[in-house]
Amino acid sequence: MSEATSSKKPSRLVLIMGKIKGIIVIALIAAVYIWSARGVGFSLFEIIFELPSFFNLLWDMVPPNWAYFVRLIGPLLETFQTAITGTILGTLLAIPLILLAANNVNRNKPLYYVSKGFMNLARTIDPMLYAAILVAGVGLGAFAGMLALTFFSMAINAKLTSESLEAIDNGPLEALEACGGNKLEMIKYAVAPQIMPTFASYTLFVFEINIRASTVLGLVGAGGIGVNLNTSLNLFRYPNAAMVLLTTFVIVVLIDQLSNVLREELV
Amino acid sequence: MKKPNLSLRQYEKKSIIWYIGYLITLALFIWAIIGMNINIDRVRQGIPAMGRILALMFPPDTARLESAVFGMIETIQIAVIGTTMAAIFSIPISFLAARNLGLPRSVPAGSKQVLNAIRTFPSLIFGIFFVASYGPGPLAGVMALGINSIGMLGKLNSEIVESIDRGPIEALDATGANGAEMFLYAVIPQVLPEFIGTTLYRFELNLRQASVLGLVGAGGIGVTLMQALQFRRWAIVGMTMIVIIVVVTIIDYSSAYVRNKII
Amino acid sequence: MVIIECQGLSVTYPGGVQALKDVDLKIDDGEFVIVVGLSGAGKSTLLRTINRLVDPTGGRIKVDGRVINELSKKELKEYRSQVGMIFQNFNLVKRSSVLRNVLAGRLRGVPTWRTLLGLFPKEDVAEALSCLERVGIKEKAKSRADELSGGQQQRVGIARALAQDPKILLADEPVASLDPPTSHAVMKDLKRINEEDGITTIVNLHFIDLAKEYGEKIIGLREGKLVYEGLADEITEEEFEEIYGRSITAEDQLGAGGGANV
Repeated sequence: MSEATSSKKPSRLVLIMGKIKGIIVIALIAAVYIWSARGVGFSLFEIIFELPSFFNLLWDMVPPNWAYFVRLIGPLLETFQTAITGTILGTLLAIPLILLAANNVNRNKPLYYVSKGFMNLARTIDPMLYAAILVAGVGLGAFAGMLALTFFSMAINAKLTSESLEAIDNGPLEALEACGGNKLEMIKYAVAPQIMPTFASYTLFVFEINIRASTVLGLVGAGGIGVNLNTSLNLFRYPNAAMVLLTTFVIVVLIDQLSNVLREELV
Repeated sequence: MKKPNLSLRQYEKKSIIWYIGYLITLALFIWAIIGMNINIDRVRQGIPAMGRILALMFPPDTARLESAVFGMIETIQIAVIGTTMAAIFSIPISFLAARNLGLPRSVPAGSKQVLNAIRTFPSLIFGIFFVASYGPGPLAGVMALGINSIGMLGKLNSEIVESIDRGPIEALDATGANGAEMFLYAVIPQVLPEFIGTTLYRFELNLRQASVLGLVGAGGIGVTLMQALQFRRWAIVGMTMIVIIVVVTIIDYSSAYVRNKII
Repeated sequence: MVIIECQGLSVTYPGGVQALKDVDLKIDDGEFVIVVGLSGAGKSTLLRTINRLVDPTGGRIKVDGRVINELSKKELKEYRSQVGMIFQNFNLVKRSSVLRNVLAGRLRGVPTWRTLLGLFPKEDVAEALSCLERVGIKEKAKSRADELSGGQQQRVGIARALAQDPKILLADEPVASLDPPTSHAVMKDLKRINEEDGITTIVNLHFIDLAKEYGEKIIGLREGKLVYEGLADEITEEEFEEIYGRSITAEDQLGAGGGANV
């Protein structure tokens, strides 16, 4: 019986150390929370206290100004266009980045790390900020929004797809290398067939993100119905703002449904 | 014996749907890009203009490093509280929205719809509304992020609950445990690590969104950014961008490390 | 006539593992050679040094009189196109059609711009189809690779290698994932191709009964060293035990089944 238990029981000291580590971790997390809560002025009291003014706002928005929709058609199309172009261009630009950021396709270590680094850096900034800077450079309008979304989509698509790429079956790649294929042929015949459905699915996912982002890009002047939201709020025309929100809601839901259907087809 | 005159294409006929799909996408793209109103003048003037801006952004205005860091700290705090609030509130909803817990059909369906509805609005829109009602400041940002995150966390977590292993549940059922006990000892241990994972993931995203919430007045480093952008103080913009990049990257790595340890 | 000659071949992997130690061997043109040994004895490594999927860290390999240790990228691709390889896990592109998989063997002879557009010349397509016919599965050309059984998939692998019109054929544990009847069928195919086309064939196996039944020459590796080089007809059980360093068990034999056609 004593032979069966060949492992020694951890000594009391180790157990205590483990408990202390646990307590320290919990204390640290609690500290972070308290510090954060103080920093943002978090008070449940205030939240509940101010709730009425929030509902007041909502009340002012009902009923929405249906007539306003006519003014929204143009900007709505612009929003849609921005999302489409941003997604497509971003996806195209993502392709080389994806190949460079996958260690089973790109054996060049420095280039690999640079690509991955670039990809991760580009992802840290919200497209709103890119859009705000671009507006200053290329002028107001959807062009700036498109550029911002392109850059952002490229980074996100590249990260998601390259991670999936690194997990594909490397066997076919080995086989193509063994029969004398070059890199491009390896990519077309061994990599692409395996990653295509995933890539397409991520592209649609990015499109869903972009359609949401493009509805608010107007807040920094980059086109779309965000501009209308901004002006209606500035003019305190809440029913108009409500119409914008309703429109936003409908288009996002529609695109989401479409995207889900397409993604089902891909699997 | 077939005559050897067939090409590869003839062996692999892609269905008509594929071609239609490509054509539609191409048509959409062309229509969309026309709508962007890009003319050669804008591009010709835009490139040097962007170049000038970039040159002014870097080297950044290091004198503002301190205020940028303080702003970023507030951003982190907003993200922490916002994510936590969302995590706490989304947990009950995640379970309600899961189809495999034996709840009547309408409950998961309805919950999922609610979650989807919340998810359609970007956090910035919530930000605007909370600033309008709670006044500018980080609290509005916290509320905005919180509500917005409930949508995504609820959806992801409900999917996690739906994918758990039934084995431990059945085993407990066989020993005569009641519903609450089965829940506590078979469901929770399976989903808890992954819940933490999704929360950390959402935190990473919230940190990025929190950094621009200030553009609508909801606190954080976005406030600094808004002023800097308004007055075209590009060196300050550059400084804040660097601070954002560094902080987000550090937190991303830490979060990935923790997630790997847990799952 | 000697086609492959290894002189003092050694391979040490970056982690420090010495997979091959000072191997000297000669293989004649058209021979059917079977390499046996325990897992980790270096069989896979040996095969992969011949098509340079693994680089030797010591010694030389001469193929057809040419030293292949130092080849330029272009020369390496040219050389590899003449060495066909089949794998234990088949290494087919699952989502692609069988025909597309086999055409990979014709890549070298077709200009890159054409391969990237999928515009293989008709002669190459015909050649690929005839390779499929030689292994008896031409009717599966349009099917997706993952719709086939294990034995059929391996046959596609063989067809792919054949499509290269190779001088040498390397087979790394080609039957390890297959059941006994299918394994015998595949070995029979390899043997038949070797006899019909005169392609030098080197096969890794860990089933000694298959080695004895199909091999012409047997090479034994043990812990990276060459410990046996001789004819299949003459090898004895004691010599197998020498190679394995232990007595032969039932796991080392495939068992019954020869002759089934899958």
